[in-house]
Amino acid sequence: MTIDVPAVAFWVIAIILVGSALAVVVMPKIVHAALFLVAVFGAAAGIYVLLNAEFIAIVQVLIYAGAVTILILFAIMLTQNSMSRVSNPFSGQWWLAGLICVLLAAGIIFAVNSSPMAAGAASDALPLANAAGGTVVKLGQLLYSPFAYSYVLPFEIASVVLLVAIVGAIMIGREE
Amino acid sequence: MITLNHFLVLGAVLFVIGLFGALSKRNAVAILMSIEIMLNAVNVTLVAFASAILNHGGKALNGATVDSSRLTGQIFAVFIITVAAAEASVALAMIIAIYRRRNTIDVGEINLMRW
Repeated sequence: MTIDVPAVAFWVIAIILVGSALAVVVMPKIVHAALFLVAVFGAAAGIYVLLNAEFIAIVQVLIYAGAVTILILFAIMLTQNSMSRVSNPFSGQWWLAGLICVLLAAGIIFAVNSSPMAAGAASDALPLANAAGGTVVKLGQLLYSPFAYSYVLPFEIASVVLLVAIVGAIMIGREE
Repeated sequence: MITLNHFLVLGAVLFVIGLFGALSKRNAVAILMSIEIMLNAVNVTLVAFASAILNHGGKALNGATVDSSRLTGQIFAVFIITVAAAEASVALAMIIAIYRRRNTIDVGEINLMRW
């Protein structure tokens, strides 16, 4: 019996992903939670590689594991000593939030498994980490080809959104 | 054998973990990190759908033909990552501004608009 390497990789990455996401939520110190957030982002990049989405994986590492994590760590550094000894506490109604989340998870998983898709197309095996089928070229053409059908206008609008966000962050964050 | 359902359930579990954090934490930075986890969960789901459609030779999962938009899921993931970066920068600027003014980022104490 041969070992199905992509399937093993999926289970390992999925367990790391869910475990570090739980650690982000339950860690009592906010800095530890931020470091586990890096593990969440890295494992998500692994999931994207398995799904033949190389470009998304690279962007995930660059933007999330690089930029957003540094932003969050800077915010933690600038706002330290604002909480008591436990810097990442739960609120009083955490059990209510847990109940809502368990119900929502049950609902989503029930919907996924009972939809007609689950018995049909979605039950075929996905070609994980398919070396021949890189999607970067197709994604680039679909994202900003000026001639064919593409998402070039939303792409330009996204750059305006980023500009507005930068200016807004400076305006909100500066000292009066 | 790993199917699309595995990725959908993984995305759902991740989304719910992030939602629990966003609802139950008191530190505003922790709430922001939980929201980032939720956005990542949605990205996992979208990329999995894109991969499944590609796997079906351009047929959508309900049988309709999707010719030039096979990778729409990945396009949406790119835009979600963009908007999430913008959201993180603005939200952290707001958190720092609130900390400067009120000297706390405990969302239980920022209750000016409480009814």
